[in-house]
Amino acid sequence: MSAQRTSTMTAVWLVLQRDLRLATRRPAQLIQPLAFFAVVTLLFPLGYTPELSKLRAVAPGVLWVGALLASMLALESLFREDAGDGTLEQFVVSGQPLVALMGAKTAAHWLLTGLPLTLMAPVLAIALGVSVAAMPGILLSLAIGTVSLSLLGAVGAGLTLGVRRGGVLLALLTLPLAVPVLIFGAKATELAIAGESLTGPLYLLGALAVLGVTLAPIAAAAAVRIGLE
Amino acid sequence: MNWAWFHRLGSPPHIYRIAGTLTPWFAWLAGLLIIVALYSGLVLAPPDYQQGDGFRILYVHAPSAWLAVMIYGVMASAAAIGLIWRMKIGHAVAASCAGVGAWFTVVSLVTGMLWGKPMWGTYWVWDPRLTAQLILLFLYLGYLGLRAGFDDLSRADRASAVLAIVGFINIPVIRYSVEWWNSIHQAPSVMKMARPSMPIDMLAPLLMMLLGFTLYFAAVLLVRLRAEILRRERTASWIREVLR
Amino acid sequence: MSEFFAMGGYAIFLWPAYLATFLAIGVNIVLARRAHEDAKQEARRRIAIEDEGPL
Repeated sequence: MSAQRTSTMTAVWLVLQRDLRLATRRPAQLIQPLAFFAVVTLLFPLGYTPELSKLRAVAPGVLWVGALLASMLALESLFREDAGDGTLEQFVVSGQPLVALMGAKTAAHWLLTGLPLTLMAPVLAIALGVSVAAMPGILLSLAIGTVSLSLLGAVGAGLTLGVRRGGVLLALLTLPLAVPVLIFGAKATELAIAGESLTGPLYLLGALAVLGVTLAPIAAAAAVRIGLE
Repeated sequence: MNWAWFHRLGSPPHIYRIAGTLTPWFAWLAGLLIIVALYSGLVLAPPDYQQGDGFRILYVHAPSAWLAVMIYGVMASAAAIGLIWRMKIGHAVAASCAGVGAWFTVVSLVTGMLWGKPMWGTYWVWDPRLTAQLILLFLYLGYLGLRAGFDDLSRADRASAVLAIVGFINIPVIRYSVEWWNSIHQAPSVMKMARPSMPIDMLAPLLMMLLGFTLYFAAVLLVRLRAEILRRERTASWIREVLR
Repeated sequence: MSEFFAMGGYAIFLWPAYLATFLAIGVNIVLARRAHEDAKQEARRRIAIEDEGPL
C-alpha cells in the first residue's frame, strides 16, 4: 500500500494506456477483426452479384452486420487474459471504483476495434459501389454506433467470464441487444448513400451511446465481480 | 412494529407451503376461465366483419403474446429483487420463469404466423410486433444459455440476473427501434386490432383468456418455484417435515 | 357441427394455432410437475443417505 492514493482519473488513464500498449505488442489481435470485416464484406459480391448498383442497395446492411460481427469477435479477449493472470482481481481490490476501470477498458476496446473498423469501412464501401460523397456519413454513424457496440460487448464479455468456452454464448447474448444500434446505424448509412440528411438516426445513435455510457459500465462491473468468484 | 411476519413471508418453508396451497386454486380457476372463454370465443362471439372466423386466432395469439412479455417482466423484477436485496427467493422465481416464457414466445410466433397466412397471404411479414417478439425469444434463449453455462447455482443466479435487468432496460428501446424501422419500410400491419370499439361479445372472451392464461402461469410458476426451493434448500431440516 | 369445425374456411389456420397453444399449455404443466417430483425424489434420497450415514 502506497502512502499516496492514486486518483481515479490517473487510474483510468493508466488502465487505458496499459491496454493500448499491450495491444501494440500483439498486432495480430488488432488486425484480425479488420481482416474478418473485410472478408465478410467481400464475400457478398461473390455470393450475391458483382453488379455495383445492386450491391449499393444492400451496402448499409452488409457494412453494419460485418462491423457488428467483427467487433463481437474481438470481445472474447477483452477480459479473458486479464482474468487469467489476476489483473482483474487486482482491479477489484485496488480500491478504485471498478465502474471507472471498466469504462477505461471499454474505451480501450473501442479505440482498438471500433475506431479501426470505422476507418476501414469507407474502403469496403467503395468495393460495394458507394460513392465518395457518402463517406463522412458512414464514418460518423459507425464511429458513434461502435461505441454502443463496445459498451454492450463489455457487459456480455463480463457475464460470460465464468463460462467455459463462452464465445458463441457471448454472441447470442449480445447480438439481440445490439438490434437498435443496427437499425439506426444501417438507416443512417442508407440515408448517407442516398445523399439525404441523416441527422435523425444519428441523434438516435447518439442517444443509445449516451445511455450505454451511463449504464453499461455499471452492469459490466457487476458482471465481472460475479465472474471472478 | 413487529416485522416477524415479513421474515416469515420470505422464508423458504413458508413460501413452499403457501405455494402448495395456492396452486390448485389458481389452476382450477384458470381452467374454468379458459374453458368458458373457449366456448364464448369460438361459438358465441360473432365472426369479424372483415376477417370472418379467422380473427378467432386472436383468442390464443394475444394471451400467448401477453404471457411472453409479462413473464419477462416478472423474471427481471424477481432477478432484480434477488440481486439488489439479496433475497434468494427472487432468484428462484426468476429461474422458474424463463422456460415458460420462452415456450409462450414461440407459441405467440407460431400463432401469429398462422394468423398472418390468411391475412397477409404469407406466413411471415416483418411486422414490428412479430419482429420484436422474435428478438424477445433470443433474449430468453440467451438468458437460458447463460444459466446453463455455470455449474455454480449462486453465480448462475447473479450473472443471469444482470442479463435479465440489462434486457429489461433494452426491451422498450428494441420495441421503439423496430417500430421506427417498420414505419420507414412501410410493411402492412393487419394484426393491430385497433378498432375504436370492439363489441362486448368479442372482447369478453379475450379478457377471460388473458386472465385465464395469467392464472395458469401463476400456477405453473408456483409448482416450478417449489421445485427450485427444494433444489436450493437441499440441506435444510424443514424439508424432512415437508416430505413426510 | 361440421360448419363449426370448418370455421368459415379458416380451419387449416385456426385449429393448428389452437393446437399449438394448448400443446404448450400441456407441456408446461408436465415439465413443471416433473421438475417438482424430481426435486422431491432427490431430497428424499438425500435424507435416506443422511439417515444411514452413521452406520
